[in-house]
Amino acid sequence: MNVIGLSGSIVGSKTRTAMDVVAKEINEKYPEAEFQLIDLKDYDLQFSDGRNYLDYSGDTASVTRKIMEADVIIIGTPVFQASIPASLKNIFDLLPAGAFRDKVVSFFITAGSSKHYLVADYQLKPTLAYMKAQIVQTYVYIEEKSFQQKELIDDDVSFRLERLVEDTLDTFEAAECVRKRKEDSYGF
Amino acid sequence: MMEKYRIDQKKGMEFGLYTLGDHIANPFTGKRISAQQRIQEIIELAKLAEQAGLDFFSVGESHQDYFTTQAHSVVLAAIAQATNNIKIGSSSTIISTSDPVRVYEDFAAIDLISDGRAEIIAGRASRIGLFDLLGYDVQDYEALFEEKFNLLLQINENEKLSWEGQYRAPLKDAKVLPRPKDNTLPIWRAVGGTPASAMKAGYTGVPMMLATLGGPASAFKNVIDAYRETAKRSGHDTAELPVGVTGFFHVAETSQDALKQIYPYINEGMKLTNGQGFPKQAFAQAKDKRSVINVGSPQEVIEKILYQYELFGHQRYLAQMDFGGVPFEQLAKNIEVIAEEILPAIRKYTGKNQGE
Repeated sequence: MNVIGLSGSIVGSKTRTAMDVVAKEINEKYPEAEFQLIDLKDYDLQFSDGRNYLDYSGDTASVTRKIMEADVIIIGTPVFQASIPASLKNIFDLLPAGAFRDKVVSFFITAGSSKHYLVADYQLKPTLAYMKAQIVQTYVYIEEKSFQQKELIDDDVSFRLERLVEDTLDTFEAAECVRKRKEDSYGF
Repeated sequence: MMEKYRIDQKKGMEFGLYTLGDHIANPFTGKRISAQQRIQEIIELAKLAEQAGLDFFSVGESHQDYFTTQAHSVVLAAIAQATNNIKIGSSSTIISTSDPVRVYEDFAAIDLISDGRAEIIAGRASRIGLFDLLGYDVQDYEALFEEKFNLLLQINENEKLSWEGQYRAPLKDAKVLPRPKDNTLPIWRAVGGTPASAMKAGYTGVPMMLATLGGPASAFKNVIDAYRETAKRSGHDTAELPVGVTGFFHVAETSQDALKQIYPYINEGMKLTNGQGFPKQAFAQAKDKRSVINVGSPQEVIEKILYQYELFGHQRYLAQMDFGGVPFEQLAKNIEVIAEEILPAIRKYTGKNQGE
């Protein structure tokens, strides 16, 4: 099982801090999973110009290929201007329609306040659904106050992230089971 | 009515083969034949298609990994020499990144070698690596195609022409030689499946070759309707404009066997060339008669093709049967079934339908 943690912002620290908690959780509890962190801060990505993802070069090529090869993607994203950041939207734009078919996608949101708690439901989920992701419906919304000095200090959030990881990997197991059974039923 | 495009509707719907010239390992064995063997097998396939009485054979250009007929006009020239009756063409020629003068010279020469059998199907490319390779800016994707396709059509109509555009040096009383055997070539526009793309062919009033991957045939009827309506609105006579439809093809004793035999080639081939496989659930729907994927038992495939013919009223069907590393023996077997069972049924039905 190929799991990618996608930290969707190129600035700030909250999303990466929470993603590190997720990474630790996966590495400790699911040693069979191959976890890979993609922090968009570390890459120099082109804006999507509509070409097939195989036709890009450099970081744009390697990041899109890694995502296409993943079984599970856990997205972490901040809220910018009442939406997801352009850096994360660009990842979606770089990929083909249907890119998340047979993939499980879950996510957590980091934000300065509670005011944007519907961003995920109104903006992130429809895009993921359009791209055919098996979406883990429950997500974690993390506010500024849960962080201190680049550490997650909120036990409630840390419990919820634990459950998010568990739900994500369980969803993958279930989805694989359904997919396998269905494909076997075709007899070819 | 369609003489200009060398189509005689009294003979019924034409049946042809097309290859993208892909060069992919056989997913069952993991082995890939050499590029040389692949090209020679494509030429061999054209000969078999001719012997089986098929109407058309075409080869496409794709300038990227996993392909081998980048120089498709050269391969077509070899096919021209190796065959006598079958019509031959490109599927497609990416006119955007070529010089229309050179393309025309090449295909006119192929037409003379083949004694009047060459056609051009011009397309825009689905992958765009060739823009970098051949020195074009992908930002000009649409403008390059429209300008160069238009020039190609002008060359076809005028032995001598003056022309000025943005992406090529101007032509002043230029003669493009040699001329084809009957002075013009059939030139088609390749269309990728959306009504918007089909309408562009309609505006220009050129024949359309419509590519299909999957889904219900009725969805493509809307595309063909959009093409014909646009052509009519633009003052063209649709009775003079042939429509071609392409799609996946494979026959076996039962539909189950057919799906089982062909799916891995298509799925793995699409992963390599397009970055995403063919979803099995969607492919399984090819069992339904309404699906545009012509995979099944010979009888089922006949029924599908005739159902599509009723819907589309098209003049040519091009089967893609070699995608994804399919071994030559399997192709030969398909051609045998086409010759013995499928072609006679289709010709009988569609020929009769044209009021013979």
